[in-house]
Amino acid sequence: MIISIARKELKSMFASPMGWIILALLMFAFGTYYLNGVNNYFEVMSGAIRPAERYGVTQFVGQNVYGLASFIMLFAVPLLSMRLISEERRNQTLPFLFSAPLSIVEIIVGKFVGLVAFLSILIVYIGLMLSTLNIWSDIDFGYILANSFGLFLLLASFSALGLYFSSLTSQPVVAAILTFIALFVLMILDRFFAGDPSSTMAQLSFMKHFQSFAGGLIDSADIIYFLLFIITFLILTIRRLDADRLRG
Amino acid sequence: MNNFTVEAIELTRLYGGRAAVSNVSFNLAKGQVLGFLGPNGAGKSTTMKMLTGNLAPSLGSVRICGIDMMENPKEAKKLIGYLPEMRPLYKEFTVDEYLTIAARLHNVERKQIKKSVEIAKARCGLGHMSKRLIENLSNGYQQRVGIAQAIIHNPMVVILDEPTVGLDPVQIRDIRALIKEIGQEHSVIVSTHILPEVEMVCDHVQIIDQGKLVFNGDIDVLKRQRMGNKLLVGFSQMPALEDVQKIKGVAEVVLAENNMLRIRVEEGAAPQEAIVKAAVKQGWGLYQIAPDQTSLEDVFIQLTYHDAATSEAAA
Repeated sequence: MIISIARKELKSMFASPMGWIILALLMFAFGTYYLNGVNNYFEVMSGAIRPAERYGVTQFVGQNVYGLASFIMLFAVPLLSMRLISEERRNQTLPFLFSAPLSIVEIIVGKFVGLVAFLSILIVYIGLMLSTLNIWSDIDFGYILANSFGLFLLLASFSALGLYFSSLTSQPVVAAILTFIALFVLMILDRFFAGDPSSTMAQLSFMKHFQSFAGGLIDSADIIYFLLFIITFLILTIRRLDADRLRG
Repeated sequence: MNNFTVEAIELTRLYGGRAAVSNVSFNLAKGQVLGFLGPNGAGKSTTMKMLTGNLAPSLGSVRICGIDMMENPKEAKKLIGYLPEMRPLYKEFTVDEYLTIAARLHNVERKQIKKSVEIAKARCGLGHMSKRLIENLSNGYQQRVGIAQAIIHNPMVVILDEPTVGLDPVQIRDIRALIKEIGQEHSVIVSTHILPEVEMVCDHVQIIDQGKLVFNGDIDVLKRQRMGNKLLVGFSQMPALEDVQKIKGVAEVVLAENNMLRIRVEEGAAPQEAIVKAAVKQGWGLYQIAPDQTSLEDVFIQLTYHDAATSEAAA
């Protein structure tokens, strides 16, 4: 049943030009950064005289592309997540889902899975693109894997937050703006507390936890952070929709 | 074990302190069509939302074929097809896509999906619209898609909230025929403002006003009241009321609009012939004699505004 909802969401994302345009634009951006990375590699590396300053092409290009991905998704995810629930509210299509034999958990998780599946297309695309470096060099697949996994968790967290804000309002644009602001704050939160490495506030930041994945390290503490974040916002969304049924 | 398909037990819904629906109880058996009548804001839609599990009742419970909606919502919802007042259509899909999704969400078996989509389309006269985007369909066709969505999984209970709103007369006739057809095998609940519609399709009627059931019974009871015991008679030479009153079987004579007389007939009497004879004999110039047909509206108004009047008087 979760799959049915996810399929419906994917279908409706591709039924409008929105999904295609966002995919195309993002792929164009990633492709450009990839190309720039490859072009600049020898230039930069030949300038690095000491061996310690030199590092592999995977990391050099990967840093470029994954850095861009985590930043650009800040804008893309709100645009995709905004309509998940708020548009159903506005068009009054929620009764269609509520009167089908589905629990609210299934509806929410289905929508979440649908959006994450859509974003995964991009993650797979980036992974494949970077893997093409293997044709002329010997690349570090572990680095790509860790980064892909980190990006996946990051985007899933973005989606969960976006889904929650989408459930609060019947105006998709309001949902998008709220999601963007919240994501932006969570992204740069660690910058404000950069002076104090033990700060609890900094621990809440996405970037703090994405960093280890970006360096090629899969740390269980970071995985748990992202999972808790996702679960928290999914539960909040479920409670929000449940309140609709109870309070009307 | 009884064979009621829908049992509503003391349904109450409070919004803030105000009761939108209070203490509504009724049963519906298999093969019945129930008409839900009431003025705007009477609680028709709220009751339907509670029946379909879209809204939790503050008090009371709903059972669909013996399955409690609160305790076992998934099983109960499987047996219901629901068309809300606002059509829940995803306008970016084509008719086929939308109905396929509806079938999938309602647990129609994978192999059966294509077939049930075809059947639902055929029943609602949507065959030639399969590949059209719902957004581009006319109002009436969108309504048909809404109905198709509600019957796609062949549910035991079909609940339609004002299904004929915005349709043209031909479509209304088709939809009424469809409701009757569904009503033969399953139970149907239809809400409407249109009284003749109730008479045409329903065999049970409920009138709800200010959240309370004010009438619950067989359509025949209403029909009898509608056919009524009143005659509307027109004379070009208006006789004295007493003369008409004297005719055997006439209980009461009142002057009605357009210079006609409304004659209440005694229970079981049929004074039509006597009236005609008297008119001919005394040259009253009879030009019309007909049963007074407006009384269904009267019944409705009596039932719904009676309470309003008394509560106003109390306040």
